[in-house]
Amino acid sequence: MSEETPMDINYVANLARIELSDEEKSTYQKQLGDVLKYFDKLQELDVENVEPTAHAFPRHNVWDKDEPRAGLPVNEALKNAPQSRQDQVVVPKVIEE
Amino acid sequence: MSIDSPIFKTATELSQNLQTGTVSSVEITQAMIDRVDAVDGQVHAFLHIDKEDALAQAKASDERRLKGQSLSPLDGVPVGMKDVIAVKDQPLTAASKILENYQSPYDASVVRKLKEAGAVVAGRLNLDEFAMGSSTENSAYGPTRNPWNLDCVPGGSSGGSSAAVAAREVPLTLGSDTGGSIRQPASLCGVVGMKPTYGMVSRYGLAAFASSLDQIGPFSTTVEDAALLLETISGHDSLDSTSYPTEVPSYSAELKNSAEPRVLGLPKEFFGPGMDKEVRASIEQVIEYYHSIGYQTKEVSLPTTDLSIPVYYVIATAEASSNLARYDGIRYTSRSERAENAVDVYAKSRGEGFGAEVKRRCILGAYALSSGYYDAYYLRAQKARTLIRQDFEKAFKEVDAILTPTSPTPAFKFGEKSGDPISMYLSDIYTISTNLAGLPGISVPCGFSNSGLPIGVQLIGKAFDESNLLQIAHAYDREHLYGRQAPNL
Repeated sequence: MSEETPMDINYVANLARIELSDEEKSTYQKQLGDVLKYFDKLQELDVENVEPTAHAFPRHNVWDKDEPRAGLPVNEALKNAPQSRQDQVVVPKVIEE
Repeated sequence: MSIDSPIFKTATELSQNLQTGTVSSVEITQAMIDRVDAVDGQVHAFLHIDKEDALAQAKASDERRLKGQSLSPLDGVPVGMKDVIAVKDQPLTAASKILENYQSPYDASVVRKLKEAGAVVAGRLNLDEFAMGSSTENSAYGPTRNPWNLDCVPGGSSGGSSAAVAAREVPLTLGSDTGGSIRQPASLCGVVGMKPTYGMVSRYGLAAFASSLDQIGPFSTTVEDAALLLETISGHDSLDSTSYPTEVPSYSAELKNSAEPRVLGLPKEFFGPGMDKEVRASIEQVIEYYHSIGYQTKEVSLPTTDLSIPVYYVIATAEASSNLARYDGIRYTSRSERAENAVDVYAKSRGEGFGAEVKRRCILGAYALSSGYYDAYYLRAQKARTLIRQDFEKAFKEVDAILTPTSPTPAFKFGEKSGDPISMYLSDIYTISTNLAGLPGISVPCGFSNSGLPIGVQLIGKAFDESNLLQIAHAYDREHLYGRQAPNL
């Protein structure tokens, strides 16, 4: 699979929301191509009728008691924000004019 | 440094000395701080240590003891934290530039438990950035050096946690293990390191890497100390929905049952080519010792062994790409100054803040999850994971634990593998399947190579059977105590 369709590094880096320099792009393209070739072992495996494992010991419908408890105070929650004002995180304008 | 110094004692000995009054927690903590000052310039296990806070905790412990109000055997004993485990009002960098100025607003559940037990929670320990790596060379703050040979890596990703114990800077530390990140560095540094069963220890307050694989676990110089630390941090926690509701026995009390002989499985796929000669010889001596105390060994087969690395790297990178999306330059990480619009904030902050291995893995994970590839990679890997689990289930019908080397080689040199991701990934070949199957594993030091580098043996146990696993490990360790040998620093 990986041989037919080499990873499009620009497309995937955009999906991952990571800006890469041209040098990084060419290094990772090659390294990740090698890794994907290594992953080809998986394609040879017969997994017909095998159920996937998401967790080794799955637990379902985990509920907590419906009791109120204190959350983080706003000033604590905001203390690591790169920019904040009036108890809110400041971000660049999202809606275009 | 006098041999009588607290730094050369085990946590169990320190606990006894504290109770009999021959040493105070302030003396222990001060000795630890002095040791860090003396040797950490060479080793670089610590990213940060708040000395004032550590001594204040020690003083509070001594005051409790004087009033007869000690909280537990660990009251007054220092424990260091891998820098991905949250301690309120202390930094948590995950060895990444993107969290350079982050301060945790709350305690991880393991930290809460340790504080409730009176332990002195002190020191932030180095790692591969976001726990991604096997050598601690991926730290944005410079590598940790192996205390046994400063030209060699300490292993990773919890290399700071293993090196700090090996260098006698702190008697106990916690690390996290996603594919071997506790056991492999423990082996390379000549200390004990244990990954508990998935769900045994709460992950609340651990910076997530691959959520279905991550577990927090102890480092120490002896198995006895590992039992003491593990029983303190284990148990169900409603703040982690994958935490398993199960009883936590007193592992240290149950070590007295170690004499009972068991059956150990030797997976034939692990003893093939690729294992270093000296590692093989050392493991054979361990097997011989177990025979001499009445244990039986039996060949078992884990046919999916060669799948474990590709399965792991698909699942771990997919989960990582999703988990690390939270480091977005918006809420609690550094933000790129070049960002002009909202999407720019994400891509530029992450491009500037993440190191090479983290970028590679996030991109690989995004690819494995992307439209058109999900079935071929992620879903297929999850199905292969089922086969890996079934291999272990079958083997455990015949044996009580599985014995393997922890790492195919002793510690390697800096730069030896860092340019070649696959060669680095292969250093986890013996540890990785344990995480995929969710099982507990422990690395116990079992000797040294001719060049003086430590070698470790791995024991893998049945799910939630930590007590038996520790007993089996203790049966070897109490007669050998390689972890108590200290490097010359």
